[in-house]
Amino acid sequence: MDAIILQILNGLDKGSAYALIALGLTLIFGTLGVVNFAHGAIFMLGAFTAVTLDRLLNMSFVTIDPTRTNFLGQPLEVKTPYIVSWFGDSIGNGIIDWAVPLSILFSIPIMLFIGYAMERGIIKHFYHRPHADQILVTFGLAIVLQEIIKAFFGANPIPTPAPAAFRGSFDFGVWLGFPANAIIYPYWRMIYFLFSAIVISGVFAFLRFTTFGMVVRAGMADRETVGLLGIDIDKRFTIMFGIAAAVAGLAGVMYAPINSPNYHMGMDFLVLSFVVVVVGGMGSLPGAVLAGFLLGVLESFASMNEIKSILPGIDQIIIYLIAIIILLTRPRGLMGRKGVMED
Amino acid sequence: MQLFGLSKKDTLFLLIVIFLTLATPILLQPFAEGSGLAQFNAGYPDLMQRFAIYGIFAIGFNILFGLTGYLSFGHAAFLGVGSYSAVWMFKLLTMNIIPGIILAVIVSGLFALLIGWISLRRSGIYFSILTLAFAQMSYNLAYSVLTPLTNGETGLQIRLSDPRILDGASAAGSLPTTNLFGLAMNDSVKMEFFGRLFTFNVGYYFSAVMAIIVFYIALRIFRSPFGLMLRAVKTNQTRLNYTGVNTRPYTLAAFVISGMYAGLAGGLLAAMDPLAGAERMQWTASGEVVLMTILGGAGTMMGPVLGAGFIKYFENIFSKINDNVLHNWFGPLPDGLENFLVDLVHPFVGKGWHLTLGMLFVLVVMFLPGGLVEGGQRIAALFRRKRKPDGSGPKHQPKQAPHVAE
Repeated sequence: MDAIILQILNGLDKGSAYALIALGLTLIFGTLGVVNFAHGAIFMLGAFTAVTLDRLLNMSFVTIDPTRTNFLGQPLEVKTPYIVSWFGDSIGNGIIDWAVPLSILFSIPIMLFIGYAMERGIIKHFYHRPHADQILVTFGLAIVLQEIIKAFFGANPIPTPAPAAFRGSFDFGVWLGFPANAIIYPYWRMIYFLFSAIVISGVFAFLRFTTFGMVVRAGMADRETVGLLGIDIDKRFTIMFGIAAAVAGLAGVMYAPINSPNYHMGMDFLVLSFVVVVVGGMGSLPGAVLAGFLLGVLESFASMNEIKSILPGIDQIIIYLIAIIILLTRPRGLMGRKGVMED
Repeated sequence: MQLFGLSKKDTLFLLIVIFLTLATPILLQPFAEGSGLAQFNAGYPDLMQRFAIYGIFAIGFNILFGLTGYLSFGHAAFLGVGSYSAVWMFKLLTMNIIPGIILAVIVSGLFALLIGWISLRRSGIYFSILTLAFAQMSYNLAYSVLTPLTNGETGLQIRLSDPRILDGASAAGSLPTTNLFGLAMNDSVKMEFFGRLFTFNVGYYFSAVMAIIVFYIALRIFRSPFGLMLRAVKTNQTRLNYTGVNTRPYTLAAFVISGMYAGLAGGLLAAMDPLAGAERMQWTASGEVVLMTILGGAGTMMGPVLGAGFIKYFENIFSKINDNVLHNWFGPLPDGLENFLVDLVHPFVGKGWHLTLGMLFVLVVMFLPGGLVEGGQRIAALFRRKRKPDGSGPKHQPKQAPHVAE
């Protein structure tokens, strides 16, 4: 029993990332009807806003301390981050420590802007072009974004630590009444899951309980009629693109401590997220979230040694296998609506 | 003058292609050895082989995507399978490349039949995702469980201890080379005239002949009733179904043919350099052939070949331009300007050539959906219009009647 719960927990963090990216993809697809292959790159950009902020905060000046020497016998160079010199030791170091959560605040406007610029600059011209063209142009865009990041940050993964308070693991099993050390789970993964749950419910609440969200939902159902009612639906859809980008960006920011960001992390997630979207059903928001968590958990189950000994290699292919089975037996996906992408 | 059942125009076209392919070692060596521009020469065997082989790959992909409009994102799987089967043939049977290549084509054809049979039940983006999923599955399996077959991360290589039944005991001492009835693939004849060094490589010429043959086959497919049917699938599959045509056999045939082309390309890759790795099957490799086809011009005969040549040329030549070279170029300029220009160009060349490629690709998809071929046609049309301003421009043609059911 504890092994099963552990596997479910292990799958949750990856599942959260899948769900967040897939949610954004579905939002873009449902509103603008665009298949966005650059969404993984946006996820990656999010992770790199965390890296950037971490670096900015760690920008330091060098003073020479004549009282101490380094191992060569020369005066020791002491690096002091500007933040520390401005705010004093405890607050300054605290801010640096909390670089990743702080980048959430920065990444939201940045990602909104990037999404907005992408939509207005490029994707707007592709509404009436075939889906293949949309895939191609966004694929090209993803390569461009990825290479820009590579030019600035290099090709190696950049470790970005979580705040010191959340490093390490805790005994989750004790809370559920299991014996001690049965279920050990890292803090940050738990936080990632909770965070994504908040973001997901935020997006759903935004769509359900605000006027803006209501108009967007109406536009998703029947764009033409909403337009005839005198509502500038295109503008709202553009904003939705920005929000979808922000969701993916947030997923990336918080994922940075779990997996050191590198420039192609987005592509790795993109392929899987597309599979998630298709499994969940093209255009269905709850389907995307459900399928994201489902596939994350199944992937983690498949990597159990007990299962791998029966079906070797299953952990490598489980997601694709499920996608193939779903597509062949239930072409609309788990919760797909009728008439979406059935050409 | 009509040859091989082609129309006059196509015969001329084919002859031009044959000439260009055979003269490639000369044409790609336009700059004198030792001159500043010599690094733009592309006439070395390794690169020329890639031109021919990836040309084959892209021609095959174009038969599927260009004609039927089915965008496969998993074609690299067939390339990889082709490479693996060819290397196995080199290990077990003989270093002669003919059996290896034949097996590569057959195995990848069968593999394509299986994947196509399943994937073609869906169309549009679902088809893309299905092919992507199959290719990623093959890639992951090649890395993990199928290690006895694929040698995992190291990649499949030939060894001295391999049986090679037909070659007998000839392999003693050093690793044998791939050959065509004794003609080693890495053999080249070097000739120097006009200060230029021309390399005529056996491997290149073998790939080139294969490329010409498959180009001819593709040309016949494009002009055949079968090709017409595939175009009809692209235009309006629903209407075709309503008129009582079962389109599945046609699309499946196109899928298998293009898979076999990919297998041939994979087999040739292995024949030029007898080693096969799983990264050949990764989805980025599938993305590359999509890039080639679109960049050159999907649905045209020459487009994919041009695209393949273009990308492989830039991959090899552009990526070699480093800061030293840039400083050489901008050397005559004042220092400040020189450094500024070098810094400006630096991210786009050398290791950053992918950035240039990505931007170019975005621009092509946005403004030139027909790719390089369409660009060429537009330029040609510009000149033609200048020459005879009252010619039969598009405005004199009757307007096409709008489709009723759109």
